[in-house]
Amino acid sequence: MLRARFLLPLAAFAVFAAVIAVLGVGLTLDPRLVPSPLINKPAPAFTLPELEHPDKTFSKKDMLGKVWLLNVWASWCVSCREEHSTVLALSSSGVVPVIGLNYKDERADGLRYLARLGNPYQVIAYDHDGRVGINFGVYGVPETYVIDKTGVIRYKCIGPVTPQIVRDKILPLVKELNRNA
Amino acid sequence: MIPELGQFALVLALCIALVQSIVPLVGAARGNAAWIAVARPAAQAQCLFIVFAFGCLTYAFVSNDFSVIYVAEHSNTELPLAYRVAAVWGGHEGSLLLWTMMLGLWMFAVSIFSRSLPEEMVARVLGVMGMIAIGFLLFMLLTSDPFTRLLPAAANGRDLNPLLQDPGMVFHPPMLYMGYVGFSVAFAFCMAALIDGRLDATWARWMRPWTTVAWSVLTLGIALGSAWSYYVLGWGGWWFWDPVENASFMPWLVGTALVHSLAVTEKRGAFRSWTVFLAILAFSLSLLGTFLVRSGVLTSVHAFAVDPKRGIFILAFLAVVVGASFSLFAWRASKVGLGGRFAMVSRESMLLTNNALLLVAAGAVLLGTLYPLVLDALNLGKISVGPPYFDAVFVPLIAPALFLMGIGPLARWKKASAPDLALRLRWALAVSFVAAIVVPLLMGHWSSMVGFGIFLASWITASSLVSFKAQFAHVPKGQVVARLAQLPRSYYGMILAHLGVAMFIVGVALVKGYEVESDVRMDVGDTAHLHDYTFRFASIDKVNGPNYTADRGTIVVTRGDKHVVTLHPEKRVYTVQNMPMTEAAIDAGFFRHLYVALGDPLSPTSWVVRLYYKPFVSWIWGGCLLMGIGGLLAAFDRRYRVRARAAAARAVAVAGLNPTAAR
Amino acid sequence: MLKLLALLLALFLAGSALAKEAAPASPDPALEKRAVALEKQLRCLVCQNETIADSRAELAMDLKKEIREKLKAGMSEKQIKQYLVARYGDFVLYKPPVMATTVPLWYGPFALLLAAVAGLFYYILRRRRSVAAQPLSEAEQARVRALLDSSEGQP
Repeated sequence: MLRARFLLPLAAFAVFAAVIAVLGVGLTLDPRLVPSPLINKPAPAFTLPELEHPDKTFSKKDMLGKVWLLNVWASWCVSCREEHSTVLALSSSGVVPVIGLNYKDERADGLRYLARLGNPYQVIAYDHDGRVGINFGVYGVPETYVIDKTGVIRYKCIGPVTPQIVRDKILPLVKELNRNA
Repeated sequence: MIPELGQFALVLALCIALVQSIVPLVGAARGNAAWIAVARPAAQAQCLFIVFAFGCLTYAFVSNDFSVIYVAEHSNTELPLAYRVAAVWGGHEGSLLLWTMMLGLWMFAVSIFSRSLPEEMVARVLGVMGMIAIGFLLFMLLTSDPFTRLLPAAANGRDLNPLLQDPGMVFHPPMLYMGYVGFSVAFAFCMAALIDGRLDATWARWMRPWTTVAWSVLTLGIALGSAWSYYVLGWGGWWFWDPVENASFMPWLVGTALVHSLAVTEKRGAFRSWTVFLAILAFSLSLLGTFLVRSGVLTSVHAFAVDPKRGIFILAFLAVVVGASFSLFAWRASKVGLGGRFAMVSRESMLLTNNALLLVAAGAVLLGTLYPLVLDALNLGKISVGPPYFDAVFVPLIAPALFLMGIGPLARWKKASAPDLALRLRWALAVSFVAAIVVPLLMGHWSSMVGFGIFLASWITASSLVSFKAQFAHVPKGQVVARLAQLPRSYYGMILAHLGVAMFIVGVALVKGYEVESDVRMDVGDTAHLHDYTFRFASIDKVNGPNYTADRGTIVVTRGDKHVVTLHPEKRVYTVQNMPMTEAAIDAGFFRHLYVALGDPLSPTSWVVRLYYKPFVSWIWGGCLLMGIGGLLAAFDRRYRVRARAAAARAVAVAGLNPTAAR
Repeated sequence: MLKLLALLLALFLAGSALAKEAAPASPDPALEKRAVALEKQLRCLVCQNETIADSRAELAMDLKKEIREKLKAGMSEKQIKQYLVARYGDFVLYKPPVMATTVPLWYGPFALLLAAVAGLFYYILRRRRSVAAQPLSEAEQARVRALLDSSEGQP
């Protein structure tokens, strides 16, 4: 009799304890973050005109055999300005080539942006209508991908890259990927 | 000066709350009449100070005092007066103050309308409410002070979000919070009874009207929110299963179960511990809702922009309240007796089944709302759970409960006869089947979903009529009117509320089944046809509002050759935040809405126009209104209000006629 | 001045002469209907609280275009959903797919229902046995009669 009496409040208590635990963990998570399903999958193949040289094209396969970064940016994106100095620093260190993907932008605006703030990119692919971006699962610029020698995406950073992310996530990963054949 | 006074008033309220939660409770335990007597004046003083603080914040808004950060973030000199007042609860800090003020007002009401209750009980109830107030006042003063200054003061404010600049904002949050907080009264009554060790039928009788009023107000608050989103968001939807909407729906479901469980506890003395359990659950879900809105844990269109650190405080508060109350329940519930017997087929068993079904439905909503978070927390991926899930899961779960609504009111207490019920309800069943087939065909085409809905609605209506007719079974013709007057308000309340549910189902089924939409490209002078109405795009003009500029269309609606209405949909741009807003134009008829919204302009004289014909959509909120009125009617039943009756009821209970009280 | 008036008059007359039945906003209403029905099941990743159908975000508009093109090209709704999930993950679907991690989500409510019904039966049956009826004393029976007489007919 007593056990049955306790069963209901105990069950309810257990459920609520579980709910509170989940909510507590939830406080440390960002509900808006959408993890990429393309991690450890081949990056989508693409061929785009270059931003600076419209008659030339850039393809994903141009970078096969190298570990590289793809940084998605746009002149209209405010957060991109935040990360620009970090990207410049990373690129000038020469550790890893940084390729830009100018997303849904006007050519003139993109070029002007780079002229004013500096150009960290080895090459910039110009994605005017955003289709390559959709294939990469881009939803919030800026985004940065680390792609290995076989063209597989190994890491995606959503939002501006900070020096901390470069130090803790990107550089170690690049080093490890470079070590592998 | 005024903001500082407001802040000081909150500090004073906190001090009083501390006194209110300790002194009366100790006094009740020791039988110290003087200490017990502290409860009422403390509650009243606390309420006054909180109301004063609220008044100070309102004054800051009305007088455009942008030296207060909160005012600068949510107001603007161009904002019309009514919205400057509504902006008080437009953000996290102010809405907390609104929550606390509602608590204060409920405390005040309990302190006044409880003269017929024993003093120790009132002391305990107010003591528990005082503890809740401590939590919220501390939360405000430590982490979310609405009176924080901004120095130097801003020249002008950031303006209230244009989506909130609407009459809906004036009524929806206060009503909703009044309902949420009202469950704290039921909670406090239960805690008081558990502490006392006495949960008799009279305790249920005292608790019932308070709970019913809170439930009614919550019903109206949710309905207001739904109606508001319907006309403001421009797409004609009225429920999105958004996490915060679910957070208000779950306490409502549990509250409905509680109101019905209280009926059994009051009348038959049974389900006492179950009632206590439901009250704790309902209030816990209210607190959970408060947490979800302001913690940033779930994405929601209703979420306040708050940092997760504040979420920790509310979570801790939630854990303490729920943990303590369930612990108290587990400890003391064994002292509570079982109450009267009842058969497998009886009103009690049907109400218990109704309760179980409502809880399962609430559980399903909780599961769907929190599941994405659970998976994310366990690192198992990120999913979305939206309307397709809830629609698929909720409807089958609630349908049996809706069906039972037809049988319950006719079943006798203690022991009902299934064959007898079947006999009495056979015509109701037949009528419902016929309506289920005929109505969809009348509306245009058959749909099994609509048929099912109409069946349930007709069933509830027809069986309510059977129940009503049965009240006059042995009444001679001349005494019918006397009998009408003799029927208690709680009976009328029940019938009205149940009819409200039926009306709601009709609205949902018919609008989902038969609404028509047309997206057309209109040049000035063009006409479009929808259903049997003709819409002519007469003109498009530029207008200026107090804090916005707009393109205003004029659409003339005719039917045959009769003019029906002239509608003025607008596309506004609010100047301060530079935010565009679609202001739909609605011709709200009892049997249908004509809903017109401007899409995007294709040229200065050519626009995309969205036309909707929505049959019976107002029955959705009409049904909720009936539910709310029914609840309020039942709460003000004579038997709760006459002191002599209450005293007599107590005497009866004590004398032992109710076999469960003596334990 | 006169020329201006003449021009305005001409425009006005031309306008009313051209007043016609409004064309549907989309050139293919059937396709549009399918597209909107699909969009209502997809989450906008930018605003995150709206469906792609309701959202005005840039990405939502791009995806709406993609969906229409793919429907026209003959892709089924299922294939389009797979296309989007491959790029954005399950998060983009408002109707969570039934997979190993969502079995509790989809079957939980009905399991709960079964448990509740079983619990109900168990409880009501057990209760009948445990609560014995208490016979009333003479005085109590007299009181019952008196009360019944006074509250005749009240439900």
